[in-house]
Amino acid sequence: MINDVTFGQYYPAKSFVHNMDPRAKIVFVIAYIVAVFLAKNFFGLAAVTLFLIFIVFLARVPFGSVLRSVKMILFLIIFSAILNLFFYSSNDELHMLWQWKFIRISWEAIINMIFISLRLFLLVMGTSVLMLTTMPVALTDGIESLLTPLKWIRFPVHELALIMSIALRFIPTLTDETNRIIAAQKARGADFETGGLIKRAKAMIPVLVPLLVSAFRRAQDLGDAMEARCYSGAKGRTKYKKLVFTWRDLLGLLVLGGLITGVVFLNIYFGGKFDIINYFL
Amino acid sequence: MRIVAKGLTYTYSAKSPFASRALNGVDLTVEEGEFFGIIGHTGSGKSTFVQHLNALIRLTDGSLKVGEYDLADKKCNFVELRSKVGMVFQYPEYQLFAETVEKDVAFGLKNFRKEMKQEERDAAVKEAIETVGLDYARVKDKSPFELSGGQKRRAAIAGVIVTKPEILILDEPAAGLDPLGKKELMELLHSIHGGWCKTIVIVSHDMDEIAENCTRAAVFSEGKVVMEGPPAQLFRHTEELLSLGLDVPVTAKCALLLKERGIELETDFTCDDFAHKVLALWKAEGGIQNDQ
Repeated sequence: MINDVTFGQYYPAKSFVHNMDPRAKIVFVIAYIVAVFLAKNFFGLAAVTLFLIFIVFLARVPFGSVLRSVKMILFLIIFSAILNLFFYSSNDELHMLWQWKFIRISWEAIINMIFISLRLFLLVMGTSVLMLTTMPVALTDGIESLLTPLKWIRFPVHELALIMSIALRFIPTLTDETNRIIAAQKARGADFETGGLIKRAKAMIPVLVPLLVSAFRRAQDLGDAMEARCYSGAKGRTKYKKLVFTWRDLLGLLVLGGLITGVVFLNIYFGGKFDIINYFL
Repeated sequence: MRIVAKGLTYTYSAKSPFASRALNGVDLTVEEGEFFGIIGHTGSGKSTFVQHLNALIRLTDGSLKVGEYDLADKKCNFVELRSKVGMVFQYPEYQLFAETVEKDVAFGLKNFRKEMKQEERDAAVKEAIETVGLDYARVKDKSPFELSGGQKRRAAIAGVIVTKPEILILDEPAAGLDPLGKKELMELLHSIHGGWCKTIVIVSHDMDEIAENCTRAAVFSEGKVVMEGPPAQLFRHTEELLSLGLDVPVTAKCALLLKERGIELETDFTCDDFAHKVLALWKAEGGIQNDQ
């Protein structure tokens, strides 16, 4: 039932992107997101798309697995697209297409809808490349290292990183467990596939209760196991794998700097997203 | 109901880099009335096979018939099938969820027999709880999470047998129980076998359990049935089983040691029979006199 958890699933391969420092990759993704939001017109988005395709190609992960990550938030994208389509208010009466009571559809709304959907697509796909090419442990290591300055204000960076890595570690375990409990309740005639939203939500109770109980049991066991091995927090703790910033990371960040500059130039050169209307009307 | 599998093949996460073939052409027939054992090491496909039997895993390749139900048929009534083929998963106590034991046991009945009257349902729940050896009056209003480990497992089994399935499948039912708990569990299975529950299929790692209880057993290895037959025949192939990375009953080990010393022993590998045969042999050799 739940087998499509691509988000946070590492795709093993040997590539330039896989070998990059997780810290560089996190900064890279943040900068990429900035580029996505900086783009004011379709040319900018096209540049980002081309860049993403290049990165996916470089990372040697199948396009299918990148696209699959979109499936998870497809509902969100469609939802926001519909809202944008019906409720975007355009000032220009000339571009109005259809109007009924308070619902108005204009050329601007359509363009805005396409633009925002594309933005969300690019956002999710970019992040999923990070997840596909970086092991969860490396990712939390990277976050911990990037957040180190916060230790100055007594922020529990190590604990936060530990919580994250434990959470990530238990996703597959709990997924397996969920599938097993679902199978067991199905064997007792539980029906998860028919009925309305409320009926389906109610049908999940026999799954959620045992899952919660088992999550608490596992947490207790893990705590005991950590204590038995004298875990005492961040103090004096060394790392098995040290993060190293290499020429790869520098190159990557330089290329990304190029992308952002390019997007800014495209913004200046081609203007806003609605200018495209003037070409057609 | 008879179980007939032919060429059953199944691949997990097909068409992905993580694809793994779990079943690779399983041919197996389980007759009505058998107490059938399935043996195999981890990853041999035995759990995947049993989950096919009540369509928890949908058939993708090969054919499978359980009684009159043809699982290859898309129109097959899977819900009805599941009410007739009960399935007890490994560590079934982890599926308990309701506020009271009574409600948890009634869960299957409420799903499968919606038309049932309240009194009938209560009677069925009472019967199931008593069948598994729990004190109905004492446990019915308790939370299942208050019970002890062994009691939880009994309550969970009660939740499966409450619908009186004709075929009962148990995946490692005795895992994690103490010796007494194991013994009681097997006695419980024998007490329901032959009544409304006509066929029992158990998956087990414990060869002694198979030798003592099963009428017939099949050995799974790499998604195939490699050996099949009554335990008395099966465990004669001690060396083969050991080479598959499996264990044999302690009686088979002893028989092997005796064989190495030149003593052939005909036994069905139950402890009782083994002891009798050894004793008989010993008497024949004049062992009793030596004992004085």
